[in-house]
Amino acid sequence: MTDLEQIVSDAEAAVAATADAAELDRVRVQYLGKKGELTAQLKTLGKLAAEDRPKAGAEINAAKGKVQALIDARQQQLDADAIEAKLEAEAVDVTLPGRNAERGGLHPFTLSMRRIVRFFNSAGYEVVEGPEIEDDYHNFEALNLPAHHPARAMHDTFYFNPNLLLRTHTSPVQVRTMEQRKPPFRIICPGRVYRVDTPDPSHLPMFNQVEGLLIDRETNFAELKGTVVDFLRAFYENASLEVRFRPSYFPFTEPSAEIDVQCVLCLGDGCRTCGQSGWLEVGGAGMVHPKVLEYSGIDPEEFTGFAFGMGPDRMALIRYGVEDLRSFVENDLRFLRQFN
Amino acid sequence: MKFSENWLREFVDVDVSTTELVDKLTMAGLEVDAVDPVAAVFDGVVVGEIVSVEPHPDADKLVVCRVSDADSEYQVVCGAPNARAGIKIPYARVGARLPDLKIKKARLRGVESSGMLCSEQELGLSESHDGLMELPEDAPVGADIRGYLDLDDNIIELDLTPNRADCFGLLGIGRETALIAGAPLKSLVIDEVAAVSQRTFPVELSAGDACPRFGGRVIEGIDLNAKTPQWMKEKLRRSGVRSIDPVVDVTNYVMLELGQPMHAYDLDRLQGGIVVRQSKRGESIHLLDGTEVALQPDTLLITDDSGPIGIAGIMGGASTMCTASTINIFLESAFFAPLALAGQARRYGMHTDASHRFERGVDWQGQMRAIERATELLLDITGGTAGPAIETVLPDSLPERPKIRLRAARIERLLGVTVSDAEVEKMLEQLHFPAEREAGETAWQVSAPSHRFDISIEEDLIEEIARVYGYNTLPVRMPRMEITMIRSSEADVSLDAIKDQFVARGYQEAVTYSFVDEGSQRILDPEHEPIGLANPISSEMSVMRTSCWPGLLKSLQHNLNRQQGRVRLFETGLRFRQAPNIDRDLTMEDVSQEMVISGVACGSVYPENWGDVERPADFFDIKGDIESVLDLTGAAAAFTFEPVRHPSLHPGQSALISRDGRPVGLVGLLDPRAEQALDLDRPVYLFEIDLVAIREKALPSSVVLSRFPEVRRDIALLVDATVTANRIREVIHEVANETLTNLKLFDVYQGKGIDPNRKSVALGLTFQHPSRTLTDQEINESVDDVVAALATKIEASLRS
Repeated sequence: MTDLEQIVSDAEAAVAATADAAELDRVRVQYLGKKGELTAQLKTLGKLAAEDRPKAGAEINAAKGKVQALIDARQQQLDADAIEAKLEAEAVDVTLPGRNAERGGLHPFTLSMRRIVRFFNSAGYEVVEGPEIEDDYHNFEALNLPAHHPARAMHDTFYFNPNLLLRTHTSPVQVRTMEQRKPPFRIICPGRVYRVDTPDPSHLPMFNQVEGLLIDRETNFAELKGTVVDFLRAFYENASLEVRFRPSYFPFTEPSAEIDVQCVLCLGDGCRTCGQSGWLEVGGAGMVHPKVLEYSGIDPEEFTGFAFGMGPDRMALIRYGVEDLRSFVENDLRFLRQFN
Repeated sequence: MKFSENWLREFVDVDVSTTELVDKLTMAGLEVDAVDPVAAVFDGVVVGEIVSVEPHPDADKLVVCRVSDADSEYQVVCGAPNARAGIKIPYARVGARLPDLKIKKARLRGVESSGMLCSEQELGLSESHDGLMELPEDAPVGADIRGYLDLDDNIIELDLTPNRADCFGLLGIGRETALIAGAPLKSLVIDEVAAVSQRTFPVELSAGDACPRFGGRVIEGIDLNAKTPQWMKEKLRRSGVRSIDPVVDVTNYVMLELGQPMHAYDLDRLQGGIVVRQSKRGESIHLLDGTEVALQPDTLLITDDSGPIGIAGIMGGASTMCTASTINIFLESAFFAPLALAGQARRYGMHTDASHRFERGVDWQGQMRAIERATELLLDITGGTAGPAIETVLPDSLPERPKIRLRAARIERLLGVTVSDAEVEKMLEQLHFPAEREAGETAWQVSAPSHRFDISIEEDLIEEIARVYGYNTLPVRMPRMEITMIRSSEADVSLDAIKDQFVARGYQEAVTYSFVDEGSQRILDPEHEPIGLANPISSEMSVMRTSCWPGLLKSLQHNLNRQQGRVRLFETGLRFRQAPNIDRDLTMEDVSQEMVISGVACGSVYPENWGDVERPADFFDIKGDIESVLDLTGAAAAFTFEPVRHPSLHPGQSALISRDGRPVGLVGLLDPRAEQALDLDRPVYLFEIDLVAIREKALPSSVVLSRFPEVRRDIALLVDATVTANRIREVIHEVANETLTNLKLFDVYQGKGIDPNRKSVALGLTFQHPSRTLTDQEINESVDDVVAALATKIEASLRS
C-alpha cells in the first residue's frame, strides 16, 4: 500500500468514527486542511521529477476528492441522524386526550323541535310564535270555546285572573296570525303550553306543542291527512309507517280527528309503551271551524283551512327511549349529555 | 262513561268479539279508555249457604261453618267477621281454581276445611275484602256463581268528547254501535204504564227556555224496604254506581240506560206545588248531601211552597228527599237546557252525573219515555200505584232545530272526495237524520234528531258523513299551493346560531319551568314583583319567573348534589314581568313577556384534563363566552360592559351589558349572601341577555383594505387602580385620528414595584394610513397626543 492509499484508508476510518459535525470538521482539517496530511502530500510534489509530477498530483487530488466525498457523505448522514434524534426527542403521547375539546349540547326538546321545524320549512311553512301568558279571548273565546263550554274542562287551565291565563295550547297563535295576515298562508307555531297537572312520568304541567295551520282557497281533509302522514313518516324515518285518524272533537275544528301513529317501538305488535294497542296517540287535527275563520275576519265560503297539533315532547320521549318525562326538566348533565 | 258490555249487547246484536267491538267504537270517535273483565278468571265457585257456625276450638278469630251447596254439606273454616248462619255466599269447592290459588282440602289449626268462602276481592270483583260477599236471599244454592252473577262480561270505559252527550246512556251507545256495525238497533220497548190512581202533583214552569219540559208522576204506596234485584245492582255496579235503595237505583238505572237524569221526591214532604224558576236574592238550600248552600243569582231552581227544594239538574234538597219511611213519591224527569246549566255546578264546586249530562245536552224529547221506564221498573220492585204521567211543557221554549243545508259541493270541498248523492242519503238515513233533497243544486235540508245537540251547522253534518264514510277510507293527498319562498332577513342572527355558539363554548341547554318558587325568585330578583298564579300546583311553582335564574340555579343545585361540580347551563325562554303598581286585574297590556337567553356557570374553567392547569372559571371566562355570542351580531363594538349594582350580584364583579347605550343584559358573580341564602356553597356566575337585542345583525359592508404598512407601538401606563379599561379606551378614541386602526390592551399588572393605588396597563396601538406610508414623526406625534390626553384626563403616567 502506498502512503497515499494508507492515508485515504486512515481517513476513511477516521470519518466513519466521527459522532458529530465538530469531530467531522476536525477530521476534515486533519486531512484536507492547510496543514492536513493530504495537503502535506501536495507539498512533496516539488521533490519529484518534473515528468512524474502530473501523475502524482492527479493521484493526490483523486485521494483528496475521495476523502472529501467521504466527509460529505458522513456530514449528510450526521445531519439526517441529528434530525431523527431531534424528532424522536419531540415525540408526544398521541393517545393523551386533546385540550379543550369539550362541547355542550342542545336539549332533546330543541333537537326534536328543530327537526320538526325543518321538515315544515321545507314544505313552505313559516314559524310564528306568540305569548305564553294569554287572554281568555285568544285561548278560548276566539277558538269557539265560550265561557262554560264543557270542552273547557279538557283544558285544566292555570289562571292569573278570570281573563288572564297561561295558554293551554298553541292555537291562540293561529288566531293572532289570522287576525294579522291575509290568507293564503301556512304556518307552524311551536312553543311551551301549560296545563294543571302534577308532574309524573307521563305528565308535566309545562310541555311543548307544535301546531300547523294552512289556509287556502281550496284545501281539504284529504290534504290534511296527506300532510300529517308525510310529516310523521319523515319524522320517524319510516316510509311505510301507518297513521290512523279517529273522529274526535275540538271546538275549533270540524271535522276533527285524533291522530294515532303505529307504535314506532313494536311496529304495531303491542308493547308497554303503546299499552299493547299497537298505536301511539300523537296529536289532533281538523278542518278549521267556520266560526273560527269568521272570528278572525276570514270568509269560510272563500277560504278553507286545516290545522293540526302535536306533542314533540312525547315524540322525543319515545324516539330517544326516555322513561320519565320529568327527566327533561331536571337538567341532570348526565342525562342531557346522552343527546350530544 | 262506564258500562257492562253485555248490557250494550242487549241493545244491538252484533256478532263481533270484544276486541273488534271496542276497536270499532274507538274508530267511530267513542274512544275506549279501558276494557276490564268484570271478574277474575276462576271456576268451581257456586252459591253456598251457611247452615251453621261454631267457634273454632283453637283460634279466636276463626269459625267453623257448615256450608251447603244443595247437594251436600261441607265443613269450612272461615275467618270472615260476617260469617253467620243463613247467609248465602260464594263457595269455592275443593278443586276450584281461584285467581291466586287452587282450593284443596286443608287443616286449619287442627280442624279440617273443605273449600273456601269468598270475599269480592278473592273473586276479582272489587278491592273490598271486609268480609264475605253476601248474596241475595233468593240466590239459588248450588248455582255456578259466574252464571248467576253474569260474570262473563267486561266493563268498557269510554272517554267521551263533550259533543257526544247522546252517548251518556246505553241507548245512545247502542245506536252508535248499530250505526258502525251495520246492525239494527233493538228498540227498547217501553210501554206506557196505565194510571191506577188519579193523583197528580201540580208543576209550573216559569223559567222559559231554561226548562221547557217537565215530566212528573205520583206513585203511592211503595215499599222502600224491597230489595233491588241482583241484575240491576250488577249493571249499576259495572257502571260504577253503588246501590242505595230501589228508588235511587231505578232513577240511576234509567239515567244510565236512556241518558235522562231523574229525581224522586217524597210526595208527603212536598208543599203546595212545584215551580221551576230562577233563584231570588238571599235564598239558600239544604242539599241532600248535607251541605247548606247560599244560592247565587241566576240559579235554576226547583221550588215548592216552602222555597227551594233542589238546584235544577244538579242536586236535590234534603227537605223533600226520600227516606226509609217514604211511601209516596213524585218522580221528576225534566229537560234543563245546556245553556241554563253551563258552568252552574262548577260555580257551586259540584259535579254530579246529572249536571254532567244536562250541561252537554240530554235528549229533549226523552222525558216521558224515562218516566214510563222508571215507573215500570219501580212498580216491579216496590209495588205501589201509579198516577198518570203528566207532561208540563212550554212548546215555544223547546229547543229549536232549524233545518241545516247540506251541499254536495261542500262535502267534496271539505273532504276532498266525491260522495255520491245516493250514498249521502243512505248515510243520513243510517244516522237517523231526516233529509229532504232540494230542487236545483244538489243539496239537502237536514234536521238533526233531538238527541244530537252537537249538530248545528253544515260542517257538523259533513263530519258525520266523514265518520260514516270512515276517516281512514278518506283519501290522502298532498296540498297544492302556489310556491313562494319563505322570507328571512340576513340582518337577523338566528336563535339556532346563538344556541349553537353556547354549545360550542361547552354549555348544555336546559329547560326549566316558567313558574318558580317565590322565595328564591325574591332573593334573585327583588326588584320585580312576580306575577302570581291563582291556582298553582305547589308553592314551588307559584309565580311566573321574572328571570330564568331561579330555575337554572335549581338545576345547578340538582347537579351539584350529584357530584357534577363543573356546570355550564343555558336556557332560552320567556321571562314575565308586570308593569308596576297595578291594583286591578292584570291584562295583556300590563304584562311583558321577553325572550331571553340566560346561563349559569360554576366550577373549573376547563373540564379536568392532564394538559391544563386547573383553575376556577372567573368573570372573564364567562364574559368571553358571552362576547363570542355577541360577536355573531357583527357589531361586537356596539356592546359595552359597565359596572352595575344588582341586588343579587357581587357589587365588584357584575356588569350591565348595553348595545349602543341601551341595556340588554347582565352578567356577574352571584352575591355571596344570595349564594348562602340559596344554599349554594361555591361561586356561581350568572348571565341573562335580551334575545331580541342580540338578534339584530349589522349587514356586512366592505371597505377597501389599505395596501400600506401598519406600525405598532406599545406603551405602558400607570393609572389609578379604579380607572377602567373602558375609560382608557374612551380617552384614546377621543384624541386619536383615523390612522389608529387597532387598540389592544395586552397586559394589566398590579403588585410588587407599583404604588398599591395604581396599576400598570400595557397598550398596543396600531397605525395605518389608507393611502400612503406613515412617517415616524407622524406616528410619534399620534402616540404623544394619546399619552398627553391620558395624562390630563386620567392622570396616567408613562411607566419607565
